[in-house]
Amino acid sequence: MAAMTMARAETRTKERGESPVQTFISRHGGMMPSFAAVLILILLFIGGEIFLRGDFITPRNISALLLDNAVLLVLAVGMTFVILTGGIDLSVGSVMAFTGILGAKMLGDGVPVGIAIPAILLGGAAIGLLIGILVQYFGVQPFIASLAGLFLGRGLAYIVSLSSIKVENDAVLWLQSTRIRLGDWYITPTGIIALTTVAVAAFVLHLTRFGRTIYAIGGNEQSARLMGLKVGRAKIAAYVISGFCAGLAGLLLTAYSGAGYPRNGIGTELDAIAAVVIGGTLLTGGRGYVLGSMVGVFVYGTIKTIINFMGAEQSWMQIIVGSLLLLFIVVQRAIVARSEGRR
Amino acid sequence: MDEVRPLLELTGATVRFGADAALDHVDFRLFPGEVHSLMGENGAGKSTLIKAITGALAMDEGELRLAGERVAFASPHEAQRAGISTVYQEIELLPNLSVAENIFLGREPRRSGVISRQLMRERAAGLLQELGLSIDPGSLLGTHSVAVQQLVAIARAISADVRVLVLDEPTSSLDLDEVAELFRLIRELKARGVAILFVSHFLDQVYELADRITVLRDGAMVGEYLTGELLRIDLVQKMLGREIGEVRARGRASEDDADEASAAVLRARGLSVGQGIADADVDLAEGEVLGVAGLLGSGRTSLAHGLTGVAHLEAGVIRIESEAVRLDSPRHAISFGVVYSSENRRRDGIVAELSVVDNITLALQSERGVFRRIPPARRRELAASWVDALDIRPPDLDRPVGTLSGGNQQKVLLARLLALSPRVLVLDEPTRGIDVGAKVEIQNLVAELADNGMSVVFISAELEEVLRVGDRVAVMRDGRIVETVAAADLTADSLLALVAQPDEDEGED
Repeated sequence: MAAMTMARAETRTKERGESPVQTFISRHGGMMPSFAAVLILILLFIGGEIFLRGDFITPRNISALLLDNAVLLVLAVGMTFVILTGGIDLSVGSVMAFTGILGAKMLGDGVPVGIAIPAILLGGAAIGLLIGILVQYFGVQPFIASLAGLFLGRGLAYIVSLSSIKVENDAVLWLQSTRIRLGDWYITPTGIIALTTVAVAAFVLHLTRFGRTIYAIGGNEQSARLMGLKVGRAKIAAYVISGFCAGLAGLLLTAYSGAGYPRNGIGTELDAIAAVVIGGTLLTGGRGYVLGSMVGVFVYGTIKTIINFMGAEQSWMQIIVGSLLLLFIVVQRAIVARSEGRR
Repeated sequence: MDEVRPLLELTGATVRFGADAALDHVDFRLFPGEVHSLMGENGAGKSTLIKAITGALAMDEGELRLAGERVAFASPHEAQRAGISTVYQEIELLPNLSVAENIFLGREPRRSGVISRQLMRERAAGLLQELGLSIDPGSLLGTHSVAVQQLVAIARAISADVRVLVLDEPTSSLDLDEVAELFRLIRELKARGVAILFVSHFLDQVYELADRITVLRDGAMVGEYLTGELLRIDLVQKMLGREIGEVRARGRASEDDADEASAAVLRARGLSVGQGIADADVDLAEGEVLGVAGLLGSGRTSLAHGLTGVAHLEAGVIRIESEAVRLDSPRHAISFGVVYSSENRRRDGIVAELSVVDNITLALQSERGVFRRIPPARRRELAASWVDALDIRPPDLDRPVGTLSGGNQQKVLLARLLALSPRVLVLDEPTRGIDVGAKVEIQNLVAELADNGMSVVFISAELEEVLRVGDRVAVMRDGRIVETVAAADLTADSLLALVAQPDEDEGED
């Protein structure tokens, strides 16, 4: 059966006189920016290796890359959903701070983990729901609606506490301190949670109707509606997912730093957006991959690591990420312009 | 015939946008196994009727019955579930997804809740084969031509259990072979008992395919006819309608001495614009009104665009006072004194939120540039003089233009263009959607302008109006100017015959 399908596909390809390469491009043209991100990641690794004379690509460094960027990875996954619909979520940084400090406070007050963790996840999702409803039913621009969410989250964080709250709960600290080792490689539960989030998101986006609806909305919302897709529901769900991921990131950050702090994550939403865009997701929506966002996060993290190793000013980080972002947006524009020209 | 119950029946359908009725108590029915064509000019209410059937638009009045049962669709999704599939005029698919996904989106084949891409591709391949389309179902839709995308839209529509298929101008982007393939498919669906609503502005296609025709005009129902009993010329007449207004006869004094006295102000040769017009010649003398008559889709608007720098010319030369010019943009055209008024007054014309003064002085200020601002007092004076000259009512300079009636909006638009002191005025359906009194005023105004030496191209769907206003009439069909005749030599009937159909085909029916 499969062989027959293959054979048929092959004759079709022949009929159209296209090479397998062309077939690949016509099927997966949208992946090109994500491939470019992979290429950049490889170049960064090679560059780091050369610069540090073979002391960069080590199991320790690569394991640390996941550990240090688990929080950003989870945020980027949620952000990918929203950006795929053509929206934006500026609230995630402060929602993460809010849920993080809320969790620390609850645990400090003796609330059991089994209640505190669901509470912070739902807290994040609730703010996402609010933004989603504003966007969908009140026609508020995603930028503005999520900006309101940003201020709300930050304000709530300050209401919970003005200063840092240390976490002494074993279960939460376990998430960070446990090292599951394989030789020199290791992974923490936080890393496992982040990778699981990526896997679940990839599955949902590619193999469920809800996921395809997200892509359809980004392609053309009006068309998606006329095709009978449940646009409103899916759009709100994208913001809820982003809020939920921000809540989860709050938990991971609290575990990572061993404390909740209301000033955490100022500007982190922009890092997440940068990672998603570098990973090949179009800001206009409809094209992109959550795996690409993961690559984007690693590109981001690797640049940071290299700069740390070089002992250079952290300001270079901003400049390099800024330049990369610019480069990627130009590349994306070129790709979009080209695919429109082909029609 | 009538013992067969209609599958879909719409009665008293009324849709209002603000004060205007886009659809006014229209009845419409579709029988199983029949192709029913909906005919009418721009703004007749075809699209509104379709949207009312497919749940994309809520009706203000009227009821819809499907197989005898009263239904009300809140969304296209509900209509689809009830078996009503639609292919819209503008391709409503998603270029960022694969062909197979575009066909099955919303009803993807699933295995235990998970979309099966393989199954989806196989089924899509089968459907595409049925349509005679050999493309890779896994390829991104955006990589294909518009025609292929259109066929994919149709594949989507028939992939569901379809009882009613609505095709809104499905052929406008297809070539002849593709149209033939589509028609074969439509006939097959018809034989299966599907009720088909087919909208096309190509009369040939309608006569080839349709069993029944319903004609709409200005949102109202003209009638329902069996195709075999409706002559082509009668159909066109019903679509265009006839309106008798008391119009001052156009003084044709200038006509006699046209040849010697006035050289051609504008002379265009071999104009071609994309799919719109091919090889069109236009001559326009000083003080002359050239009427342009043609059906929707005949290229009348493309001609206007080609003459005024709105559309890019693929071929052809335009000479203004025997100097060859290239009109790359409307701005450029304005600098040569050629101005254009769009058929879509609301979208491309007035700025509804701005006041009468602002609207009138908009183009003039823009031509002068930001650094030579017209002083406010001068602007008001200027606007007031136009409001007075064109009798714009109410004569309130500060009123937002959106609150004026259609006829007065059109006058504001004219005032804006006239403020530029143009030599050539190209008016695309300036009287569409405005009441009879205002129509007459606009027509008279055009005549007056011409008497004062302005050259006007006057495009209208109403033949009598073209005859009344024009000194000569250019007849357009299928993107070509087939003939240019002096208005005095034409009657409404002879013009109708020219617009409706080429002579050689007249015996066919």
